Amino acid sequence: MTGIRAWGIDVGSSTTKIVGVEAGGTMCLHLLEDSEPRAEEQIVRMLQRAAAASGDQRVRPLVATGYGRKLVQQADRVVTEITCHARGAYRALGHGGTLVDVGGQDSKVIKLGPQGEVLDFAMNDKCAAGTGRFLENTCRRLGVDLERLGEVALAARDEATLSSTCTVFAESEIVSLLAHGVGVEPILKGLHRALVQRLVAMIHTVGLTPPLMLSGGVARNPAVARLLEAETGETVVVPPHPQLLGAFGAALVALESVGERPGKP
Amino acid sequence: MKALGDLRDYAVARVVGPAALRVQRWGNQWRAWRGSGWESAYLAPPLGVAVRGKEMVARHWLAGRYANRDRKVAWITSAAPVELLHALGFFIVYPENHGAICGAARVAVDLSCEAENAGYSRDLCSYARTDLGSLFSGRTPVGRLPMPDLLFACTNICQTVLFWYRVLAHQLRVPLVLIDTPFVYFETAPEHAVAYVQRQIETSVPVLEKIAGRSLGMAKLKETGTLSREAAHLWMEIMQRNAHQPAPISVVDQFTLMAPVVEMRGEPATVDFYAAMLREVDGRIAEGVGAVKDERHRLLWDNLPIWYRLKDVAEMLGAGGAALVASTYTNAWGELADLIDPEEPFESMARTYLYPILNRGTGHKLKTMRRMIDQYSLDGVLLHSDRSCKPYSIGQLDQRDRLARETGVPALLLEADHNDSRCYSEAQVANRVAAFIETLER
Ligand code: SF4
Repeated sequence: MTGIRAWGIDVGSSTTKIVGVEAGGTMCLHLLEDSEPRAEEQIVRMLQRAAAASGDQRVRPLVATGYGRKLVQQADRVVTEITCHARGAYRALGHGGTLVDVGGQDSKVIKLGPQGEVLDFAMNDKCAAGTGRFLENTCRRLGVDLERLGEVALAARDEATLSSTCTVFAESEIVSLLAHGVGVEPILKGLHRALVQRLVAMIHTVGLTPPLMLSGGVARNPAVARLLEAETGETVVVPPHPQLLGAFGAALVALESVGERPGKP
Repeated sequence: MKALGDLRDYAVARVVGPAALRVQRWGNQWRAWRGSGWESAYLAPPLGVAVRGKEMVARHWLAGRYANRDRKVAWITSAAPVELLHALGFFIVYPENHGAICGAARVAVDLSCEAENAGYSRDLCSYARTDLGSLFSGRTPVGRLPMPDLLFACTNICQTVLFWYRVLAHQLRVPLVLIDTPFVYFETAPEHAVAYVQRQIETSVPVLEKIAGRSLGMAKLKETGTLSREAAHLWMEIMQRNAHQPAPISVVDQFTLMAPVVEMRGEPATVDFYAAMLREVDGRIAEGVGAVKDERHRLLWDNLPIWYRLKDVAEMLGAGGAALVASTYTNAWGELADLIDPEEPFESMARTYLYPILNRGTGHKLKTMRRMIDQYSLDGVLLHSDRSCKPYSIGQLDQRDRLARETGVPALLLEADHNDSRCYSEAQVANRVAAFIETLER
C-alpha cells in the first residue's frame, strides 16, 4: 500500500488511533489500540506498525490530535479534536449540522456550517457522566459485555429511572435497584437515557442544527443513537468508522498542509 | 524598650524599606531598559511603568505592616466610597486585593483550607476564604496585615461581602459600617435609591469621625474626589487606547496595573502613575508595538482574572496570536469616572457606588460587551465562569448565545476560579482555548 499521502494520529484517553489517507482524502489504513500509560512508547510502536503496513517508512506528514497530542514528538503539527472531528465529519458525510462526539472521557458537541467550518462547540470535560466511561463503569457492575450493552438496553420493555447523573452515585443506585429486584435490561435502558439526556442538554447549549451526527466509540452502541433520536426528534447519522473520526480529520489536515484538498464523500 | 521598637519600625517603614524598594525598582528598570530578563516568544515585555506600580503596591503593604502604630486602619470592600476614609486619614486595606495577591503568589489554596477547616464552606467566594484563612492562621505574603479599627462594606458587588464582613466584625470585635446599595434593575437608579444611599453615607460620617479621631474636612474630601476622578479618567483613557491595532496594553497587564486605581485612588501619586502610563502607551502606539507580538485575534475577557495563572493564560493566547484587548472587569474601574463630582461629594458618591457592573442587571453587562466588541474591533469573547463569583458569572450561558447570535462573534466559556486553583484544570483550559483559536482562524 503506497498511495498514502498523509497521516493522522488521535491519542485519546481510552484508545489511540492512526489513520492514513490517500489522495482525495479517502481513508485507506487505520490502526486502533487501547491507550497505554506509557503513551510515547506506544506511539512509536504504532507508528512502526503503520510504516510496516503501508510501506511508507516516514509516516509523514503527520498531524496529532486528542488529549495526548503534545506527546507525539513525530508530528508535524498538533491540532485540537474540535477541528479534526469537524474535518473528518465533513469529509465522511459531506454536510454540516450538529456533531455529537462521545469519547471515553469527554463528550463534545460541534456545530458545523454548510462547508464544514466550526461555528460553535461545547465540551463536557469535567464530569464522567455523559461520556463512554459512564456506560463502561456501569456495565461492569451489571455483568454485561460492553459490546452488547446497547442491544440489551434496546431489548428492554420497561425502563428504570435513574435519578443520579453522577457516575459514582449511579453505581450505588444500580446496586439498590438490583436489590429491589429490578431487571438488568430496564436498568440499562435507564442508564442510556441518563447519558443521552446529558448529551441533549449540551446540544442545546450550542443549538441543534440538523442533521444530527454521532461519533466516538459510543456511536457503535445502537441504543445511544436510538434514544438520541427519541429525545431530539431528529434522525441520527453515524459516519463510517465513528471512532476514527478524530484521527481521520487529523490526516485530512495533514493532507491540506501539503496543498491537497480532500474530495467529497 | 518600646521606644526602641518604635524607632526600629519607623526606620524600616519610612527609610530602609522604601530605599530598598527604590533600589529594587532601579534594578528592574535597568534590566527592562537593557531588554534582559524577558523571555517570551509571543508577548512584548511589560510596560516600563509596571515596575513603578509594583513599587507603589509594595510600599503600601510595607507601610501597612506598621500602620497600627500611628494610624487608624480600615478594611474596606473594593467598590465602597473610599474617598471618605481617605479624607479622614485612614490607612486602607482591601481584603479582596490582599486575596488577589495571595492568589497570584499561589498561597490562596493553603489559606482557604484554613478557613475550610474552621467550618467555612468551599462554596463561599475564594476571596472570603483566603481572607478568613489568613486571619485565622496569621499567614500572609505581604509580611503583616494591619488589624482594622473599622470595617467598611458596600453591598454593590455581592451579598457575600455582607456576611464576610459580619464574620470579621464578630471575630475582631470592631465596628462595621455597612452601605446598602439597592440593585439597579433598569437603565437608571430611581432617585429614592440615590437618596437612600446618600443618607447612609452621610449618617456614617459621625461614626467614621469618631473612630478616626478627627472631623471630616470638606476641602480634603473634594480634593480626594478630584484625584479619584482624575485617576479613573486616566485609567479609562489608557484602556481605550486599545482601540488601536495592535493593542498596546494587554488585559493581562491591566489586571496587575489596575491595583493603584482600586486601592490608592484619591492619592496624588496614583494620578501621576497613570499619567506616566498613558504616555508610555502612546509611545507604544507611535512605534506600532503591540502587547502580543503577532496580533491576529482580538478578544474580550469577562469576569475576574485567574490570578494564579495570569502569565500562562497570556502565553497560551499569545501563542495563537490572540490578544486580550478589553475586559468588563478592568473597565469597571474606569467607567464610573464621570459620575464623580467633587463639588457634590455625597450625592455623587451615592450615584457612583450604585452603578458598579455587579450592581446592575445582566442585560447591562451584555450591552457593555456588545459595545466593546464594536469599539475595540473584537473577534472573540472569553467568558471566565468563576466558580466563586456568582454575581459575575450568572447569565453567562445566555450571554454567550446572544453574543454569538446577535453579533456573530463567537464566545467561549472557561470554567475556573479566580483564587482557588483546585477548580482549574490546565489541560482542559488549554484544550478549549486552542480549539477556540482554531475556530477563529478558519
Ligand atoms: S463574590 Fe465576587 S464580588 Fe463578591 S467578593 Fe467574591 S469575587 Fe468579589
